[in-house]
Amino acid sequence: MAELNIRERQAGDVTVLDMDGRITIGEGSVALRSAIRRLLEEGKKKILLNLAGVGYIDSSGIGELVSSYTAINKDGGQLKLLSLTQKLRDLLTITKLLTVFDAYDTEAEALNNFK
Amino acid sequence: MTEQTTRLVLPSHIEAVADAAAAVADFVKKCGVSDEGAFGIEMAVREAVTNAMVHGNQEDETKSVIVTFNCRGNELEVEVADQGTGFDPAEIPDPTDPANLMKTSGRGIFLMRTFMDEVEWLARPDGGTTVRMRKKFQSDNEEKLQSWQNSTSASDKPAM
Repeated sequence: MAELNIRERQAGDVTVLDMDGRITIGEGSVALRSAIRRLLEEGKKKILLNLAGVGYIDSSGIGELVSSYTAINKDGGQLKLLSLTQKLRDLLTITKLLTVFDAYDTEAEALNNFK
Repeated sequence: MTEQTTRLVLPSHIEAVADAAAAVADFVKKCGVSDEGAFGIEMAVREAVTNAMVHGNQEDETKSVIVTFNCRGNELEVEVADQGTGFDPAEIPDPTDPANLMKTSGRGIFLMRTFMDEVEWLARPDGGTTVRMRKKFQSDNEEKLQSWQNSTSASDKPAM
């Protein structure tokens, strides 16, 4: 079984990536990077990462989230996070990245906040 | 509690980080560490082993990373040894500084220090670096007792 499974769906002009697994050094981080790169190549620039199924992330995974955020912003797009688990929320809090990312508890709220 | 020790010799490729993580998860469970404590310890070990493989051994597969777990009473000690040329941890910038917040790397040592009580780096006379991390932990039972005591003392307080 893959370390990180990513399912893609559209909600209006927002692409939602439902993620399940771990975002850690190696396979998980590479899977996220490839998915974001592909969406940007396809011109999909409003991206919502649903992290409800992500139970574990390491510093490489955190770095990949930052890298995704930067790449999407640079391309004129927006990245938002949905349904952080408590552990992931704690990690983003201690690394002070929760001040950078837009994170939402419900999909409706997240979708409403895309410009 | 009887002292327990486990030693792993890992090749320097990234896939082996997961082996170290699985081994520490298994080890801390046997030591009686709570799930909450186990999360942070696994995180610290993952980061230390990643650093040893990537920055220490430069992913040279002819070089090994040796991980030793030791559990005595309510204290866990983990050592991760590489065959690299060493580094000065004081030179690693603070990843929570606003100037570094958007950097895509450099958070591993910060997470190790966050989740463990003590982290130190030792340059070995034979070459290579060993990072030694210690953590005092509560067992699952102690954590449940503490939680029960907190809830009991909270409910004893008069309503405001």
